[in-house]
Amino acid sequence: MSSGAIAKKTETRALQSFLKRAGKSAALPVLKSEGLPHRGIEAWHYTSLRVLEDLDFAEATPLGEVDAQELLRNLVPDLTDGPRVVFVNGFFMPSLSSLPAGVTVVEREAVSAETHPLTVLNAALGRGGVRFHVPEGVDAGNLAIVSLSSAEHPISTHLRHEIALAPGARLTLLEIHAGQGTYLSNPVLRFDVSKAASVRHVKLQADSDTSFHLAFVEGNVAEEGTYDSFTLTLGGRLARHEVRCAMRGLHGNVHVNAAQILDGERHADLTSRITHAAPHCNSRQTVKNVITDAAHAVFQGKIEVERIAQKTDGYQMNQALLLSDRAQIDSKPELEIYADDVKCSHGATIGALDDEQLFYLRSRGIPEIEAKAILVRAFLGDALDLIVDEGLRSWLDARVDAWWAKQVN
Amino acid sequence: MNDFMKISGLCAQIDDNGLPKPILRGLDLEIPKGQVHAIMGPNGSGKSTLSYVLAGRDDYEVTDGSVAFDGQDLLAMSPDERAAAGVFLAFQSPVELPGVNNANFLRTAVNAVRRARGEDELDAVAFLKTVRAETKRLHMSDEMLKRNVNVGFSGGEKKRNEVLQMRMLAPKFAILDETDSGLDIDALRVVADGVNSLRGPDFSALVITHHQRLLDYIQPDRVHVMAKGRIIHSGGPEVARQLEAQGYAKYLEAAA
Ligand SMILES: Nc1ncnc2c1ncn2[C@@H]1O[C@H](COP(=O)(O)OP(=O)(O)O)[C@@H](O)[C@H]1O
Ligand SMILES: [Mg+2]
Repeated sequence: MSSGAIAKKTETRALQSFLKRAGKSAALPVLKSEGLPHRGIEAWHYTSLRVLEDLDFAEATPLGEVDAQELLRNLVPDLTDGPRVVFVNGFFMPSLSSLPAGVTVVEREAVSAETHPLTVLNAALGRGGVRFHVPEGVDAGNLAIVSLSSAEHPISTHLRHEIALAPGARLTLLEIHAGQGTYLSNPVLRFDVSKAASVRHVKLQADSDTSFHLAFVEGNVAEEGTYDSFTLTLGGRLARHEVRCAMRGLHGNVHVNAAQILDGERHADLTSRITHAAPHCNSRQTVKNVITDAAHAVFQGKIEVERIAQKTDGYQMNQALLLSDRAQIDSKPELEIYADDVKCSHGATIGALDDEQLFYLRSRGIPEIEAKAILVRAFLGDALDLIVDEGLRSWLDARVDAWWAKQVN
Repeated sequence: MNDFMKISGLCAQIDDNGLPKPILRGLDLEIPKGQVHAIMGPNGSGKSTLSYVLAGRDDYEVTDGSVAFDGQDLLAMSPDERAAAGVFLAFQSPVELPGVNNANFLRTAVNAVRRARGEDELDAVAFLKTVRAETKRLHMSDEMLKRNVNVGFSGGEKKRNEVLQMRMLAPKFAILDETDSGLDIDALRVVADGVNSLRGPDFSALVITHHQRLLDYIQPDRVHVMAKGRIIHSGGPEVARQLEAQGYAKYLEAAA
């Protein structure tokens, strides 16, 4: 990497706008020296932030209550009642929220040193977020964290949520992102899963067509704990969902499942690093990509098995369905195994819709577009079916159907 | 109306690794309304190709000829339009659809066809009632409806599933491409009954088979012998018996 390349990066308008806003944040020096991630960094080889570099991201301003309510109704009309925390342009909206016991929202908080470019940016500009501690043995049920944006000129939000589950605690977290206009959403979500605790994390990313979504999720799972996640990526001009999750005690479980469904010129990147740092742990990952038009998907999935992690059971599958000639995927599965008694399998497939299957459906009177929808849904099935919560599964199903209906019109 | 299904001078080819490979070479065939015809012919003579071309599979390029169906230009229609118009193909090798539930598939198909025909869609209850009656008639377990389409079905189960679809879609013209192969004698009877009970003035069929046996159960009005992409001989049901006894040689020589 030449120093010239770095110097150039610090000159981008986007970075300048962030640096100006970062004030006296402890993360400022790192942000200043490292800049925004760029393709010279191996982990960002397939995802370029070029599309946002010339934008000037201003500090967001809060929306009035009535407007915020309407935004919520328009963007997430299907949101069911129940415990939820709603943010609009990064601001907590108490009147739209319903906080269960144990949930607090912090406004601004000093964060400890960060090193990952996405968490550095988040720390430099962050406005806090949800803190949820689920006490020992408590099943906290469902909680939705809804992050909406409404931007007339480019803004950016940097929420940080910290979720801790005491031993034996349980939680289903639904994370929803949606918005209108041009904005950058840069959420950081941390899970601390204690012994025998279990968190199910379902994320819907339905940000606007002209938005940027750079998310970072980190999880630490203790003995017999479970972090089970599913991310549905439907929106954003450019999106990256990056996960780092480590199993640190015996018999831990980590599931990082996802579907990326992309049209137009969207670019979506799912990058994960799953670390087996203790023996007898299980990790599962099924990632499906449906890509049409000139969209571009990226999958980078690394499974690390430390020397101590004997009897690891790891599974990873990444599949892409390309619905147009210009659709693209870059897939980079990586296994890094230092233990000798492990079972790890992984695979990747790339294909188009099967003509014979399509013809079979059509010969039964099913019009072409409906036949394609059936096959796409079948393709996504193995992944969507991994969502344990039936209500959430059909909720996401409906979102996929709506995406398809939009393609037809 | 005598040109209910009228195939004239049909030529079709397939792209075989970049080279056009002619398969149908001027095929003429007429099937009047209400009749069942059979086609017999050696492997590779183009029987399945004919059935695909009639159903609208676009890998096959029609280079000449025409197909009139019920007053319409069949070749100008998309596969789903043909199904709505009443054409049904029971595939020689039905494809598997992993992840697609058989009952949902069937209901989607039935309602697509009903919609296109200007009929009311069946709701879940009405559909279930109809499909249960049909599975019973075909000696199929309801469990097969819960499985994915043709996935893990035995050869015989796949063929029954084709006949089930045919009955649910109420076609005017059905093509059965070797629906008898892989069936034991009991299954053959059940399948034949599934076809025979549809017979009437508004139902015609083209039965492609290698075996006289099927034609004992589904008695054809006429039997055609096909070779090298053409019909080389046509006659009454006795043709099937002659073929069974003497093989194709006599007809092939006569046509050569
Ligand atoms: N997709 C294809 N590619 C190449 N050749 C084909 C294809 N489909 C059919 N054929 C050839 O066309 C001829 C007729 O095949 P088919 O219609 O299946 O005959 P039949 O059903 O009478 O056995 C055969 O020689 C077969 O190999
Ligand atoms: Mg055949």
